[in-house]
Amino acid sequence: MRFGIVVFPGSNCDEDAYHAVRDVFGLDAEYLWHKDADLKGALRTGAMARFSPIMSQVRAFAEQGGPVLGICNGFQILLEAGMLPGAMLRNRELKYRCEHVHLRVEHTDTPFTCAAAPGHILRIPIGHGEGNYFAAPDVLDRLEANRQVILRYTDPEGRLADAWNPNGSANAIASVCNESRNVVGMMPHPERACEPLLGGVDGRLIFESVVTAMAIR
Amino acid sequence: MRARVFVTLKPSVFDPQGRTIADALHSLGYGAVEDVRQGKYFELDLATSEAGQARALAAEVADKVLANPVIESYRIEID
Amino acid sequence: MIDGPVLERHGLTRDEYERIVQFLGRAPNITELGIFSVMWSEHCSYKSSRVHLKTLPTEGPQVVQGPGENAGAIDIGDGLAAVFKIESHNHPSFIEPYQGAATGVGGIIRDIFTMGARPIALLNSLRFGPLHGPGTRRLLEGVVAGIAGYGNSIGIPTVGGEIAFEPAYAGNPLVNVFCLGIVKRSDIVKGVASGAGNSVYYVGAKTGRDGIHGATMASAEFDDKSAEKRPAVQVGDPFMEKLLLEACLEVMKSDALIGIQDMGAAGLTCSSTEMGSRGGAGIEIDVAQVPQRETGMTPYEIMLSESQERMLLVVKRGREADVERIFDKWDLHAVRVGEVTNDGMLRVKQAGSVVAEIPNRALTDEAPVYHRAMREPDYLHEVQRLDLDALGSHVVAGRLRAGGATATRAEARMENARAEAGAVQPGESNAVLLSLLASPTIGSKRWVYRQYDHMVRTNTINVPGFGAGVVRIKGTSRALALSVDGNGRYCYLDPYRGAMLAVAEAARNVACAGARPLGATNCLNFGNPERPAIMWQFAKAVEGIGAACRALNVPITGGNVSLYNETDGKAIYPTPVIGVVGLLEHADRVLGRRFRRAGDEVVLLGEGHGELGGSEYLKVEHGMVRGLPPALNLDVERSLQDLLVALAAEGLIESAHDCSDGGLAVTLAECCFDTGAIGADVSISRTGISQNETLNTAAALFGESSSRVIVSARPGQVAAILDRAAAGNVPARVIGRVGGDALRIAIDGQLVIEVAIDDAERAWTSAIEHYFARRVA
Repeated sequence: MRFGIVVFPGSNCDEDAYHAVRDVFGLDAEYLWHKDADLKGALRTGAMARFSPIMSQVRAFAEQGGPVLGICNGFQILLEAGMLPGAMLRNRELKYRCEHVHLRVEHTDTPFTCAAAPGHILRIPIGHGEGNYFAAPDVLDRLEANRQVILRYTDPEGRLADAWNPNGSANAIASVCNESRNVVGMMPHPERACEPLLGGVDGRLIFESVVTAMAIR
Repeated sequence: MRARVFVTLKPSVFDPQGRTIADALHSLGYGAVEDVRQGKYFELDLATSEAGQARALAAEVADKVLANPVIESYRIEID
Repeated sequence: MIDGPVLERHGLTRDEYERIVQFLGRAPNITELGIFSVMWSEHCSYKSSRVHLKTLPTEGPQVVQGPGENAGAIDIGDGLAAVFKIESHNHPSFIEPYQGAATGVGGIIRDIFTMGARPIALLNSLRFGPLHGPGTRRLLEGVVAGIAGYGNSIGIPTVGGEIAFEPAYAGNPLVNVFCLGIVKRSDIVKGVASGAGNSVYYVGAKTGRDGIHGATMASAEFDDKSAEKRPAVQVGDPFMEKLLLEACLEVMKSDALIGIQDMGAAGLTCSSTEMGSRGGAGIEIDVAQVPQRETGMTPYEIMLSESQERMLLVVKRGREADVERIFDKWDLHAVRVGEVTNDGMLRVKQAGSVVAEIPNRALTDEAPVYHRAMREPDYLHEVQRLDLDALGSHVVAGRLRAGGATATRAEARMENARAEAGAVQPGESNAVLLSLLASPTIGSKRWVYRQYDHMVRTNTINVPGFGAGVVRIKGTSRALALSVDGNGRYCYLDPYRGAMLAVAEAARNVACAGARPLGATNCLNFGNPERPAIMWQFAKAVEGIGAACRALNVPITGGNVSLYNETDGKAIYPTPVIGVVGLLEHADRVLGRRFRRAGDEVVLLGEGHGELGGSEYLKVEHGMVRGLPPALNLDVERSLQDLLVALAAEGLIESAHDCSDGGLAVTLAECCFDTGAIGADVSISRTGISQNETLNTAAALFGESSSRVIVSARPGQVAAILDRAAAGNVPARVIGRVGGDALRIAIDGQLVIEVAIDDAERAWTSAIEHYFARRVA
């Protein structure tokens, strides 16, 4: 098994993901370097990245059932590319938020949550200014009906509460998957929560899940 | 020709920036400003002198890049 | 025609003009005058400060690079060096808070990667007027958003910093930003031009008219016309900088590069003359080759522009194509704009004809140096006087009036009687503690730091708000602890002692994380140096920094001076801000401020003397900035820091928190915050500073005596801790135990503080946040 980490000039968490996969889990990883810079900041985050040739390869890989995870900026790109439903608005309080949040695992039948138990509470950091998930009401209904909401922001006990929704996301959505369940986007950063030294290891579960999923396949 | 593209959040999408501006105006005493919606404005210089072509090109660019159809709508002016 | 008004617009005196004519042997043209004006500005030439800065200690076995380069560097083992510097962006941030602060961050990052280092951490030190004052919230919001916007986008974590609010900064906020990077010692790159015939390259953003005269703006006082200077503020582009950073680090790995420097203050002019001067070479530039964003720019404008995200490189002749290829890969266009010469001149051409020709030395080494007049300020004697007994009677009078609020006449009579006797009233100290915790200078800065990405790069071990910022060094077992500290109020009351205290606090914070302080950088924010009282403050502060840095073995490796911080003739508090870098041998031995578990013992290292001068208590409770700042014995301080490093390395202690603003009671409360409401029971002794018992109690609880640290430890380790402390001549004693859900403090057996941690933490957490609470639909 091999992880490919898509790198756009101007993106910055690629090295962190690479470090987590290679140095923390000892797995094989390579950068998929792409020359096309994204217009992050200039227009909308992810607005240009979706046009780059690498994204058509990612799309093709996903269509064959390959597991694809978009973290933070990666989630935004998957949304812009139409590989996941919805869009990101600016955070409700119009400010960037970097802090640990609590997440409830809603469904475990994805390659990135299969090592968790439903209802499992994860403590993982976020770091974004545009993570306020939006989808039209009919789309939200469909997402819920199809069990595509994978993670939700909750309080430490796993209860939904507005005060614990850090960005105003609809239905407290932190992560969704596509209908085939192999493409997952999440705003929180599991790669930032893989080592005890950094204050928590709950992010490991996401990486351990994909290892488990690939072993089963 | 020049195309002007106005991109705004769809009416159904909450606009926290617009709301913040409206609140600020109210606190300054501009109660008559009932609501504010903010958006983006683009000027495109187009290498065509035919208005229909210009509009079509601007619309294509707006659909594909300038606006995110999930949350935003746009309006085009040509001159 | 160069006349009086032209000179004035350029911030040059008649004498300086005569000097220019002497150097050139003729009158300068307007382009040359512009070049001289920015190079001889206070910002670039350090003409007022240089004679004093020379006295600072800058050497030590750990120092890899001292002052004079783009940034300083210290050895951190494993063949690595930490490259770091602090810089101010005060004036631009006042005029345009977002862009001013953002470009400050961009500039300091470029200084670091210019040395070949990969930037891994940012910190900042901010000062504003009172939060309730007009405009402060807008300034704070803009500055914080600007720092966040730039740092978050480029992907460098902001891991710490400090913020203070004082009326003295209302018209002149301070925005000081610190950056640290890591480089292999052998790979350090310098900003030097040498080898006649080598190519001079320009890379990065195109040149526009933005920022022209930024360097002279940073060297002039504000007045109500400052708003008109808005075009001089630059606009930052962190995405361009990210590409520049990656491309430059890649170019440095090749051996095609001779030297590199960023175009910061005074842009192309400063970078080319400084590089030429360091290498003893000349540089010839053709401005027609410089990429331009606007049309019709004159050589004057091109040479003085401060457009951001631009670098100047000297490339070996014959290796140009290699360098161009690397920049192309990153979608950057490197342009050859000139070459190195051997005549020591800065020669500017425009399409072949010479438009300026100045000896490099005249612009750098031969720039004016002033021994400015100094005089002790008139205010000093008056504000240093603090009559505690007079204050004591004021306290009693104040409480008598407050007595009117009590339920019955009998109660009121009793209370008055107690007050007259100077007895401490129950609840009184609780209220003081809560109001100190709710003071924005002491209160939690979470509202600020959660806008900064402080975790990107996955190195951050201590996040902001939990002690010194600590980042691990990947690939080693080590970590670096970083702290920036200043105390304008102390320095206003006594610049020498205040500056020493700032150095001591920064180093102590680093030691509290378990790291050995290794080196320092300073950002010296002062008023107009042409006023003798200001120059006196400056000289005394530099003396204090020097004394403390020598005693604590933290040489100054670089920094920045920001003068003319005045609005309408009113100066800021003299504010030296010190950044200290320390090394932890074992990253996993890092300590933070928080108590870890109930049952641990609370140990006070150091001794309190009930010093209230310049304290947050006097300011918050009595609206008073008076007295002498706390005394500092540098030998005791050094022993304390050595002890902390040893205790941490041996794993004997569980937490450590420096006792500073708000004294012992505030420090203890902070040890309890973010723990899930773990409290502590503490008992201390009375301090007899006054006739009045309320003041004596306040002194014991809120006095800010220096060289004190609260540590917590497992009960089994206490004997060893006390042994180590005794051996190191550091006073130490157990003052209580962690546990319960309240903070209880008794003085000589009498309970004077009893506050639920939840209540205290609410006051502390909302200190800043409540100013920004907004309606959310």
